Amino acid sequence: MISASAIAVGIVALLPLGYLVLRAFERGTGVVRQFLVREHTLDLVLRSVGLTVAVTLTCLVIGVLTAWLVVRSDLPGRRWFGVLFTLPLAVPSYVAGFTWISELPGLAGFSGAYLVLTLVSYPYVLLPVMAALRAGDPALEEVSRSLGKGSVSTFFLVTLRQIRPAALAGALLVALYVLSDFGAVSLMRYDALTTAIYTSYRASFDRTPAAVLGCVLVLLAVVITIGERRARGIAANFGQARVGGGTARTAGATPLGAARPPALIGSVALLLAALGVPVYSLVRWLVTGASAGVDPSRLVVATLTTVQVAGLGALLTVLFALPVAALAARHPGPLARRVELASFAGHALPGITVGLALVFLGVRVLYPLYQETPMLVFGYAVLFLPLAVGVVRNAIAAAPVRLEEVSRSLGAGRMATRVRVTIPLAAPGVAAGIALVFLTCAKELPATLMLRPTGSNTLATELWTMTDAGMYGAAAPYAVVLIVVAAIPSLVLGNALRGSQGDNGGAR
Amino acid sequence: MTRTIFRRLVAATLAASMLLPGLSACGSSDALVIYSGRNEALVGPLLADLKKEIGTEVEVRYGGSAELAAQLREEGEAGNTDADVFYSQDAGALGALSEAGMLEKLPKSDLDEVEKRFQADDGTWVGTSARARVVAYDSEKVSAKELPSDVDELLDPKWKGKVGYAPTNGSWQAFVTALRVLKGEDGAKKWLTEFKANEPQSYENNVAILDAVNDGQVPLGLINHYYFFRKAKEVGADKLRVKLHYVGGDDPLALVNVAGVGVLKGTDKQEAARKAVAFLLSKRAQQYFADETAEYPVRDGVKSTEHDLPKLSGIQSPDIDLTKLSSLEQTLKLLQEVGLS
Repeated sequence: MISASAIAVGIVALLPLGYLVLRAFERGTGVVRQFLVREHTLDLVLRSVGLTVAVTLTCLVIGVLTAWLVVRSDLPGRRWFGVLFTLPLAVPSYVAGFTWISELPGLAGFSGAYLVLTLVSYPYVLLPVMAALRAGDPALEEVSRSLGKGSVSTFFLVTLRQIRPAALAGALLVALYVLSDFGAVSLMRYDALTTAIYTSYRASFDRTPAAVLGCVLVLLAVVITIGERRARGIAANFGQARVGGGTARTAGATPLGAARPPALIGSVALLLAALGVPVYSLVRWLVTGASAGVDPSRLVVATLTTVQVAGLGALLTVLFALPVAALAARHPGPLARRVELASFAGHALPGITVGLALVFLGVRVLYPLYQETPMLVFGYAVLFLPLAVGVVRNAIAAAPVRLEEVSRSLGAGRMATRVRVTIPLAAPGVAAGIALVFLTCAKELPATLMLRPTGSNTLATELWTMTDAGMYGAAAPYAVVLIVVAAIPSLVLGNALRGSQGDNGGAR
Repeated sequence: MTRTIFRRLVAATLAASMLLPGLSACGSSDALVIYSGRNEALVGPLLADLKKEIGTEVEVRYGGSAELAAQLREEGEAGNTDADVFYSQDAGALGALSEAGMLEKLPKSDLDEVEKRFQADDGTWVGTSARARVVAYDSEKVSAKELPSDVDELLDPKWKGKVGYAPTNGSWQAFVTALRVLKGEDGAKKWLTEFKANEPQSYENNVAILDAVNDGQVPLGLINHYYFFRKAKEVGADKLRVKLHYVGGDDPLALVNVAGVGVLKGTDKQEAARKAVAFLLSKRAQQYFADETAEYPVRDGVKSTEHDLPKLSGIQSPDIDLTKLSSLEQTLKLLQEVGLS
């Protein structure tokens, strides 16, 4: 049952790729080769890879450091920092990009794209690492300390290895996000594979080069996903050292000592860059734009629509993710690996490509649903499946099988065990998955433009309409509400991952 | 175990889709469906008037012109499009659909309203409003005497690193196509190569260029006229550093391009679609363009009451067949060869 539904989900996730291959090869392999071997294509690949590597590494450092500061250090106000650090997830890359370029135009190019993408995507690393740090067994670190290692070398020798799988899972999401991002790179005028795909659709109305470049993106995504799995596989068994019974305690706070002031300054600087700049810029638009007259009913309708489609999208995505995640967490093997890989393949594609793939599918197969809400929701599920798979897989994996076995051995039936043991253990992770997909759906633009019901608007499409017309003052309220709508689930997310894993993680 | 969560989620999804307001409940099959590549903030009120005027239900789907053209081609190949009318920001997207054989020939009565240079040769689309290519300049850094009088003057070393352009923007590509048409392929390649060597500054779109010129980041910018007038209306013309220079003459920098409309082949709303096209060419709609979007009307006798627009007839423009502007594929190829894309 789980395998069958997981395979079905894997096939759904591969739809955009199938469409791409069809469009890439519709004029024969010669044309494909012609586009592939151009110097320009290689250049684009290098630029995309360069940006992805730089942003991912920086996010790893920032994400791990901030998670450690929030969970394990005595940083003043660390609870507040824990909440605020997750909030940049709520800022769409095109809003962050626009506000930065309008405040500091000199940033255009690699540095701007690098800065903006790092600031909006480091929480993808922060969140799982925060959870892993809460769940981690401090006994190993104590052993290290008792053997004469200082706190710095203990961090590198023990803690870092414990959180490695979580950090890598987060890094994978960052890498795929950067590869598929169009908003920040186009605003920062950094030519990458995604900008080339858009230019190709916009300028030549020629689908072939766009599809060929899309295939290249998918290939890069597959390489990255396999690489992450290799690295995670090696690391996975470390930290499971506790033999037999006993419960891990919650780790105590490590004193920062002399590092306290720089840690505090660094944290504040990060927040100013990631949240302060966009908020400042939006407020300035609101105040100065003469076009700032906003239609409140329109804003309310767009907000409700956003909540509806993003909410349905999040539920459906997690529904799709459950069998894949359960398979990956409970029955690892070749099938699980393939299905999981399939679910990640489409994530590196820009929204316009997935959008057109769904248009292709919609008009041919699902016509009565085409450009109706269910089709849009289905599109979100295809786009954001990997986000949910990652979070839910970790939640199920963290719920110890042994507790289920104990429940069964004490005479509880299958059903009773599920209801009383597994669900409470995995539920916070499932909720976190829903929250993460919700906020990502709310920010999505290109696929929403193509698949939304004719005449209905989300906050993201309204924002696009206003900024496209150069009406920044009128756009600002939509940007603010969008950030607020996306911030609520990111708060839930922080709490779910902090609370749940801390309470249950010890029962290993 | 996951099966129970699974069931709960199914139940929650179903419940949520029933409880929440039925925002998807439009799509009545009687409505005329317009795919508009023109921005809702610009033409929304006009299309609302259109609805009243033609007396049938109208649904408008907004998006980027090129994205909608791509979407229409996918829909058209499957023989399953809801769209009856395509209203495009530029001639290029209309040309692409026309070439794919997806547009119907428009009635002569509509085509006769508009100058020949603003419509398709085969009558499959017609321009509804026009825009002029202009050079925006920073009036604090550049004096009127120094301004380029033709496209070749932009290659002068004194403008090195000082010209803003929007390489991914349709208006830039239309300009390059005009360059090809006027100078020939070799001449255009030579110009672009030298232009690149002069280190132009690239921007995301015309608005970004206008802002950059106004903020003193770049002294010259290649844009369309109306961005300036809309900005002037928003913040006041006297507060702007940026000013416009009309090059004029038979020069690609003086290109006048159009937004236009076409009717999809196989529409079951023939009459409503034709009424919609006629409405966009009517005096009332033309006055709207002149006043609200700061574009040039395509028919005579309409003058803007809002913007201080120079007269279209007073602006010399190169004699170019606008359908040739849809030969963007070659333009893109050329831009890639030169390395300017």
